[in-house]
Amino acid sequence: MQKKRVVLSFPPQMIDQAVTYKLIKDFDLMINILRARITPKEQGRLVVEITGKKPALDAGINYLREVGVEIQPLAQDVKWHEDRCVHCTACVSVCPPKALELDRTRMEVSFNKDKCIACELCLPVCPYQAMEILF
Amino acid sequence: MEMAKTIAEINEKIRKGTAVVLTAEEVIGFAAERGVKKAAQEVDVVTTGTFGPMCSSGAYFNVGHTKPRIKLGGGKTCLNDIPVYVGFAAVDFFLGATAMTEDDPRNKIFPGKFSYGGAHVIEELVAGKDVSLTATAYGTDCYPRKSLETYISLKDMNEAVLFNMRNAYQNYNVAVNLSDKVIYTYMGVLQPKMVNANYCNAGQLSPLLNDPLYKTIGIGTRIFLGGGMGYVVGNGTQHNPGVKRTEKGVPKMPAGTLSLTGDLKMMSPRWLRGTSFTGYGVTLTVGIGIPIPVLNEEILEYTTVRDEDIWAQVVDYSEAYPQCIPGSLGEVNYSQLKSGKITVQGKEIPTAGLSSYTRAREIAGILKEWIETGKFFLTEPVELLPSADSGIAVKPLKERPIKKK
Repeated sequence: MQKKRVVLSFPPQMIDQAVTYKLIKDFDLMINILRARITPKEQGRLVVEITGKKPALDAGINYLREVGVEIQPLAQDVKWHEDRCVHCTACVSVCPPKALELDRTRMEVSFNKDKCIACELCLPVCPYQAMEILF
Repeated sequence: MEMAKTIAEINEKIRKGTAVVLTAEEVIGFAAERGVKKAAQEVDVVTTGTFGPMCSSGAYFNVGHTKPRIKLGGGKTCLNDIPVYVGFAAVDFFLGATAMTEDDPRNKIFPGKFSYGGAHVIEELVAGKDVSLTATAYGTDCYPRKSLETYISLKDMNEAVLFNMRNAYQNYNVAVNLSDKVIYTYMGVLQPKMVNANYCNAGQLSPLLNDPLYKTIGIGTRIFLGGGMGYVVGNGTQHNPGVKRTEKGVPKMPAGTLSLTGDLKMMSPRWLRGTSFTGYGVTLTVGIGIPIPVLNEEILEYTTVRDEDIWAQVVDYSEAYPQCIPGSLGEVNYSQLKSGKITVQGKEIPTAGLSSYTRAREIAGILKEWIETGKFFLTEPVELLPSADSGIAVKPLKERPIKKK
């Protein structure tokens, strides 16, 4: 089994199509929707975690590309500006998946992109504008 | 018989490169191993540090006279569109850390972002950047000019001086939210029903917690300030030394404060950071390090204070704080706060800091290095700060209605 966290961008003409259903039924993939924003006639953005066997996962992603859904890894859209972070630790108690974590010996914050679900809870909490999420 | 040291003797050792300097963290283990008596003989200086948001900060400037001359006072002057206070002579003004542009939406769309303000201008100036200086004035016979628009940087100015009227709070509240909606405070974003707790103090590294009764820190004490050298002006505003303390003299709530000053031109953006609290406003995060001369055993013992010896009050910021209702939901220590969890009224709550402990540690280390390498000498305070026995207590404002004529 493999797991991928991706951001799916749907062009305007595609937002009325049941793409997620297809991924589940035709490719036997487990879809966990982390975030979604769909604006009629504009575009849709979906943050999903896709889990399945490697061949199925590849086939599902191929299908998405064929129908015109743009796919990019979630990590690309989330930035922790380490140079701006002062390690005050304000973010660590609000981060649900513990992507922002504190080494309590060094009292230093680190950011694990792979755990981030782009929930944006850290944005208003960081006084140093160290987090940036483009969604 | 106790062997007391003087500051002059310590400075002589610094000059010779033989002074023994430990950080406020290092001295804890050292004294535990050697014993207080021996440690007091061996250690000459203990360095402290803190790096946290401190709103009552600002800087004054003299930008030099224009040709023809302009009198900024009585008009309007801005640095990067942030208004400064000009009620002084012609080209002197003061920039406050929390100042914001006139058209900043503030909290009109709640919660406001406060992404840029006076503190950010200070950070950009110390980073060596150009900022815009714009002014309008009313014009006089001796100062005829009425408007000014120019770029300016720190090196163009005659004087640029950081002047903070209240910094380095000795201990602080732990903030929680008892209400059922999210609140946005200077203690950060607080989730409803005590889902999180925020604290803001360096604990065992904090300057005034290592000299709890102000036996060494006083007017004229030379310090690390914003990456450069600064001085203690005196006690800060709201200095409140008479609060409840532990047996070892450590205050259990916000107590002493310091007013500090230093040459902004010597400082660095790493240690003066513009800071934005969502829904609250702009503030300046200031790096401060204060050396404590180990003059005797008593002073050494104070510097061995540990996180578990420092207690803070848990305060509700939804009702008790804004309405000035005294009282505390419980007491916790900094060891518990730094563990990531505290228990308040039977409920386990995750904690987060606002003051950077790792940066506080770095400051104490830098100051230690400065002293060890003979770059920094200690000063004898001209006067000590009012202490627990001074009778000084902070007063609330007693409002007296203004009679209409």
